[in-house]
Amino acid sequence: MFKTATTTIAFALTATTALATDITWWHGMGGRNGEVINEISQQFNEAQSACSLTPISKGTYEEALSSGIAAFRSGEQPNILQVFDAGAATIIAAKGATIPAEDLITGAGEAFNRDDFIAGVRNFYADSDGKFIGMPFNSSAPILYFNTEALEKAGVEAPKTWEDFEAIAPKLKEAGYIPMTASQLTWMMVENFKSRNNQQFATNNNGYDAVQGTELIVNDENQVMMFEKLKAWADDGLYGFYGAGWADNLKPFEEGKAAMWIGSSGSFGGLQKSAGFDFSATYMPYWGSIEGAGTQSFIGGAALFAMAGKSDAENACTASFFTFLTSPETQVYYHKNTGYVPITEAAYELAKSQGYYDEKPVAEVGIQQLMLDGGEWSKGYRMGFYPQIRSVMEREFNRIFSGETDVQKAFDTIQEEGNALLARFAKTAS
Amino acid sequence: MTDTPLRIIETERTLLARFREWWSGETANPVKRVQFDRPLTPWLFILPQMAVVVIFFYWPSVQAVTSSFYIEDPFGFGSTFVGLENYQDALNSSEYMSTAAFTAFFCITVTALALGLGLLLAVKADKVIRGAETYKTLLISVYAIAPPVAGLIGMMFFDMHMGPFTQIAGWFGYELKVGINYWDTAIALITISVWKQIPYNFIFFLSGLQSVPVSVREAALIDTKSGWRRFKDVTLPLLAPTAFFLLIINITYTMFDTFPIIDVIVKDKPANNPMTLVYKVYLDGFKGNDIGGSSAQSVILMVVVALLTVLQFRFLERRVHYG
Repeated sequence: MFKTATTTIAFALTATTALATDITWWHGMGGRNGEVINEISQQFNEAQSACSLTPISKGTYEEALSSGIAAFRSGEQPNILQVFDAGAATIIAAKGATIPAEDLITGAGEAFNRDDFIAGVRNFYADSDGKFIGMPFNSSAPILYFNTEALEKAGVEAPKTWEDFEAIAPKLKEAGYIPMTASQLTWMMVENFKSRNNQQFATNNNGYDAVQGTELIVNDENQVMMFEKLKAWADDGLYGFYGAGWADNLKPFEEGKAAMWIGSSGSFGGLQKSAGFDFSATYMPYWGSIEGAGTQSFIGGAALFAMAGKSDAENACTASFFTFLTSPETQVYYHKNTGYVPITEAAYELAKSQGYYDEKPVAEVGIQQLMLDGGEWSKGYRMGFYPQIRSVMEREFNRIFSGETDVQKAFDTIQEEGNALLARFAKTAS
Repeated sequence: MTDTPLRIIETERTLLARFREWWSGETANPVKRVQFDRPLTPWLFILPQMAVVVIFFYWPSVQAVTSSFYIEDPFGFGSTFVGLENYQDALNSSEYMSTAAFTAFFCITVTALALGLGLLLAVKADKVIRGAETYKTLLISVYAIAPPVAGLIGMMFFDMHMGPFTQIAGWFGYELKVGINYWDTAIALITISVWKQIPYNFIFFLSGLQSVPVSVREAALIDTKSGWRRFKDVTLPLLAPTAFFLLIINITYTMFDTFPIIDVIVKDKPANNPMTLVYKVYLDGFKGNDIGGSSAQSVILMVVVALLTVLQFRFLERRVHYG
């Protein structure tokens, strides 16, 4: 009782520090990940008294971006907006909508060093000169989760390459499992097929060098081969396709029906609660047959952008929050509670020294995959209207697996419609 | 014009007819003029109504029309005038046309099923004597469910992993794959939309039936014993005004108000699932941030709906007899 009373008083006190500068943060996270955002904001507010941060959930990633855009157009934008990987090109191309994170932090007189960040996150939200436009926040990598008992029962090891998968999948099927499911094929089997196998994704240096004239490269031999394999596996009962929804593909794994699932390293926190069996994880497979494959994956997840048009005092608060966010302690807290990877070397070292990975080896898989050797094409991609290009892919993938179209035709369509969208986007930017 | 009940229909002229009269400068039916003392007074009376219409309808419409001629940066920094290119892009896209075709199919199917089943239930409920209230309440209660909730409940039935409908289809050897197979999703969409709309039609048909005078029913009973013929020749014509009203409401419902149901079913990722034109406007505009393209689509939709409404009033309403 007494404790409740004191907490109430404590809350009242935090609420009445009226002199603090208020800043807002719009994000697209729900469930446990949304709670962690509230906890981090609370920690920031308690750590200092000059600024007061209010996080507001705007639904999904896409909804957060659209709300941010609509708000910006009517001058009601938040100080901080979370934008997901696929929306990065949209907000970065709109120069004047944001203050580059790097300028914001150094402008506020705080230290900023690009090399503090792990290699895999340095480029994705930066411009072609490497300047950080967005502040990497929740960063994830696609990894392969597996049901330990299922693999033991079938007497197989987790696959490193897709060739390995082809070898073990029939045994898993024999043992009574769906060998593999995967969520969000756009992210897993196109974007990170490109990164893990070091394949070019778009002209103009994967779109980083210019908006004008950028074209998609997806109907090439290797990309088509990946999906021809997936289709053949699906037909043989070695791979289960459950549509474009994330959870529909995860469910068979959670229920112990599927032996392996390709998902986000950020799913770890949730899986610990929902999976009633022992599981582990390893890197997302690549093709041994493709030369130079086995490179790091693109960073997934989202970044934070400081919106323009705010007062200096508010910008200073945003900068100090960004600095707070990158501190090793905050990073480790976030890492442990969500499963997203730590974004700085220092944070990774701290988690390691605390023995976190001895206790939970799965939590290290994502970051290790991001720290693999980088290839020419594994740094990132930048394409406008990319969320719509993903929608086109999702539509065609459904058609592939329902047998309405063949793989080559589907990717020709994606190439054609994707390029039309990129050309439209180029017109908005001129 | 002789003094028959038809006269009422003649004076209730359609918008089109009024426009034609105004255009040709002649008035077929001179209307009695009521004058206000001051010329401003009538304007003052319609001001609140007009303000609402202008702010919530005309202003956004004008904006949609304007931005449909531009390709615009989502944040509003730069826009390029492209003339009719957005319209050409939409109308030349096979994706857009197949969505349009599905919308038409969906509209007809849902309207026909919802009206038909609503009428059937109403006719049967009208005859129920014992437990009539319970029966009616049970039927009407579905109407109180908000569309997104209806969508959610429906989706539980059709869930590909544990939905009862999926299991029932499985017993018959059919693998129902809502969310993957285009027509399976279409069936789920139609079932849920119809289920949601039946109570509304039911309420109106029932009250329509109950307003049929007992004397007329009794007179009809003397004329023929056949229930079907009495229904066809007497009850149905008397229900026509209700049916016409419901037809328009149901078409609007399928075109616009099924949005939350679709949203729940496709779960944020439409992929190859069927959707309506309105949902596509939302996807391209709000998810895709393509404001110009989405505006052009909504203008096309506006024109289609306007045409549809004119046609309905022009050709259908003439057959309706308002008692």
